[in-house]
Order: sequence, then structure tokens, then C-alpha cells
Amino acid sequence: MSIAAALSTEAKHGPVGGSAQAPPARKARLGAYLLLAPGMVYLFVFFVLPIFALLATSLYERVPGTELGVYEPALRWQNYLASLSSYYPELLRSFGYALTATVAALLIGYPMAYVIAVRARGKPLLQGLLLVLVIAPFFTSFILRTIAWRQILADESWVVGSMKFLGILPPDGRLTATAFAVVCGLTYNFLPFMVLPIYANLERMDTRLVEAGGDLYANGPTTFLRVTLPLSMPGIVAGTLLTFIPASGDYVNSSLLGNNATTMVGQAIDRRFLVTLDYPTAASLSAILMISILALVLVYVRRSGTEELL
Amino acid sequence: MTTQASVHEGGLVRRRRRFTLADKIVPVFAGLAFVYLMVPVAYTVAFSFNQAGRRNLVWQGFTLDNWKNPCGAPQVCEAFVNSIQVGLIATVVSTALGTLVAIALVRYKFRGRTLANLLIFLPMSTPEVVLGAALLAQFLSMAMRPGFTTVVIAHVMFCISFVVVTVKARVASLDPRLEEAAADLYASPWAAFWRVTFPLLVPGILAAGLLAFSLSFDDFIITNFNSGSAFSTFPKFVYVSANRGIPPQANVLGSFMFFLALLLVVVVQLVGAARRKRHARLG
Repeated sequence: MSIAAALSTEAKHGPVGGSAQAPPARKARLGAYLLLAPGMVYLFVFFVLPIFALLATSLYERVPGTELGVYEPALRWQNYLASLSSYYPELLRSFGYALTATVAALLIGYPMAYVIAVRARGKPLLQGLLLVLVIAPFFTSFILRTIAWRQILADESWVVGSMKFLGILPPDGRLTATAFAVVCGLTYNFLPFMVLPIYANLERMDTRLVEAGGDLYANGPTTFLRVTLPLSMPGIVAGTLLTFIPASGDYVNSSLLGNNATTMVGQAIDRRFLVTLDYPTAASLSAILMISILALVLVYVRRSGTEELL
Repeated sequence: MTTQASVHEGGLVRRRRRFTLADKIVPVFAGLAFVYLMVPVAYTVAFSFNQAGRRNLVWQGFTLDNWKNPCGAPQVCEAFVNSIQVGLIATVVSTALGTLVAIALVRYKFRGRTLANLLIFLPMSTPEVVLGAALLAQFLSMAMRPGFTTVVIAHVMFCISFVVVTVKARVASLDPRLEEAAADLYASPWAAFWRVTFPLLVPGILAAGLLAFSLSFDDFIITNFNSGSAFSTFPKFVYVSANRGIPPQANVLGSFMFFLALLLVVVVQLVGAARRKRHARLG
């Protein structure tokens, strides 16, 4: 299950021919390989090989006595130690921000998905409208939306003004250039990735199960906690992954909404790679980020018992 | 809950009353969430009408000038056209490659299926910085200069997986007996595919294409790594000019894309609704 499946609204209308049977897979190997070949070769050349190029680069060492950006192949494992010891605050901060944003997006996104899938069930026009509203922000450039957040949270904005008036914010407090703004931006930017998989999951849920919970004298909250929530677990897992992974690597929010104390690992990679031309450090940081995310994802998916997701 | 109570009539009135609070809170909360989602979009659109010079930060009055002259600011239209070009090429190539993979994954049993699925899943579960850095490392080792070509290559790469997942859902929902019926009617496999299967796949392929285009058009991080200093796309233009001030024309183009996409989605919805109605009439 994924966001993309949720976007293809047609998919949920069931088999076009009217049968729910799984298609009997054919055993014509050659045909399958011919269909697969172009896409798979492409991904091999432009995804698998680059990942290996990245891993190789992460072990390069500086050619002594040359200008910046000249490296030679080596097996310098110290690169990893060096980047870990200088960038562990950024790494931890990235995971911390991404986790906070994921939890916030789940708390905000679940009711949205629930309302679209369950409350608006049987009203295709309302459902369509709400779904469009979820997807719509995708179409204004996400950088423009992040800039808009900068305006909304700016010192002279009405939001900050009214918060100071209500005493939520101290008179000298500010929202822009804070960790709060960064997490706020991350939550906002990846919210649709949380809503769509949960929606797709709840949409297919059999409401008769909820009714059965009611018939067995469970009250609303109990039915929700014991029936609806466990059934929507695959959607929640997909949504949290689709939010957490991009959020932990993002650096647009932290550089546009944050300050020097809120830098995330993506900023460090970007600067090392593109500004200081320190390819080995950037590559080893990327490798650390990728491997820790893969490890976290595997543990998480195992724990939540939704391995069929992969 | 309310529908259930009304189905059962009378006997469940007590339970219905107990649900009332939750019944109200959830939609209100979701409504607020929708507002949260739309506020920055509203800001973006509103500031496209701002009477601003170079720094479009504070409201200075309403004007239509920016909309009348969307290319008024230097380089903004060039970047926008670049984004459209990259987006169109990336969409066509990734949709073609991804559709073939999706058909193979659903319709055939073959050795290496798990590996193929993994290869589709991994790019989606790798952060963009890593994808961008990895591709740049590869291009550097191949001595390829970053620019238009490398950006297109990168965009096709990250779009393929999303196309596969979208089209896969559609292929899986097709009844294979339709193709069998075509075979029974003496259609060759080729004819059966083009006359029966493909037309049924079109909505899924279109959805995948739309998704690929929006992913490509909105991408910043991977583009930033692989575009070099001379080539700019629309998101890169906005990001780079963020510190000197973004011209209101950028808001005009962003809002224009937003309304265009909205229009497209509404038309697709209406066509779908009309088709469902027609099908319902035909029984």
C-alpha cells in the first residue's frame, strides 16, 4: 500500500470486470523479462550503481598537495569516524525532528483520513473534493509554501502578534528561525504523505466490522481502539514511513525556517558536497543516513508486523 | 456511527447519544487540519497579487501587474520552462518504463520477483539527499557535466517507482478473464492487449503520469545536486532567490500551476462521475 495507490482513485473501485478473484499469474518467463528489462536496467544503472559509487566515494582520500576536490580511491574507513564525530548532533537532530514531525503528522493526518474515508463514505463528490484539498498543496511548489510559512511565522506577522497578545508567547519570543518552525514546516510538507496511505487503507475497511463492535456493546472509543485502529495499522505504517524517511533527509525546511542551531544532516551533506567539495565526508554522511534509516525501517516494520508492505 | 444507528432504528438511540461528542470533535478537528493545509497555499496565491518590488515579504497593495507580466522578473520564466521540459520528458520516459514493469510484476510469475520488488521499493525509501549525492558521485566518476541531461536522468529514476506502484494497483484490479474472453474470440495476444487491456489501464497510466509530473516539477533536493551551476529549475530558482527576495512573478507561476492542476483534477473527477452514471444506467 502506498501513497501512489491512494492517488490512483480508480484502483479502489475494484476489478473492472466485476470479479474479485486474484489474476492467475502466467508463467511465460521471457515475456516477463522483456517487460521488466528496460525499467530494471535503468534502475540498476542510475540507482544501484550510484549507491555503490557513493559508498566507494565515502572511502576516498585526499591527494596530498593538490587543490580542493581531488581525491583518489582508497579504503579510508576513518572517514566514517571523522564524519560521525563532527556531525553526530546533526544526525541526532534530524532523527529527532523527523520523529516529532511524524508523530504530529499522524495526530493531524489520521482524523483527516478518517473523515474522508469513513465519514464522507457514499458521498463521492465530497470525498473527491477533500482528496483534492489534500493533494492540492503538492501543486504549488513546496519551496514557495515553505517561504509562505516563513511569512506566517515572521516576527511582525498576525500569528506571532496574537500569540503574544494571548500570552502564549513571551513578549520577546519569536517563532521564525526556531526548532519549532522547522518541525512545523516538516509536519506541513509531509502531511499529505501521511493522509493518503491511511485514507487508502480506511477506504477499503469493511464498516460492518465497526457495526459489529457496536452490536457487541463496545462504545465509540472502544470500537475505534479495538477495531478501526488495528485494522488501519498497514496504512499507519506506510504513512509514518513515507513521512519519516523524507523528513529525516530534508534540509529545505531547516535552512529556510531554522537557524544555525537547527541544522540537519541534509544541510551538512549539501554543504560538504557542493560548497566545500569534500566528497568523502558528504558520501560517508549519506551512507550513515541511508543505513540508519534502512535499519530503523526494518525494525519498525518487523515490530508492527506488516512485512507484506515490502 | 450515525448511519449505523439509523439503520438499526429505535433500539440504539442511547448509543447514538453517547457518540455525539466524538461525532462533532473529529470533523471539527479535521476541518482545522484542512485549514492548516490550505493557509500557506492561500498566502502564496495572495502574494502573487502583491504590489511588491523585488522583496515580496510584506503586503503593499493589490495589483494585477504580476499576472499580466509573469516573465517580468529575470530568469523566472526560463527556470519555469526548464521545469516543464524536464517534467514532460521525465513523465513520458518513467511512465513508459514503469508501466511495463507493473504489468510484468502483476501478470507473471518469474524468478527474481522479490529482487525486482525490492529494486522498486528501495528508491522510495531512500532520502532525497542520498539519491542526489549518489547520482552526483556517479556522474562525477563518469566525468559527466551536471546540467539538463543529468537532471532528466535523475528525475526519471525517482519517478519510476511511483509509476510502478500506481499502475500496479490498476493492473491488479483488472479481471484477467476479459483477456481470456478476447482470446476466445480469436484475438491474438497482441490484439487482446491493445484492444482490451490497454484501454482499461489508461486511467491508471494517466494517474501515474500526473503523479510523475508533479514529483518532477516539485523536486528540489535531487535537482540541486545534479543540475550544476548554470542550469536552473523553478524550485531551484525560488530557493536560490529566497535570500535576496523572491519576485512576485514566482508566486504567479506557482499559483498558475496550482489552478491548472485543480482544474485538471476537477475535470477528471467530473468525467469519472459521468462515466459511472452512464455505467449505472446501462446496468
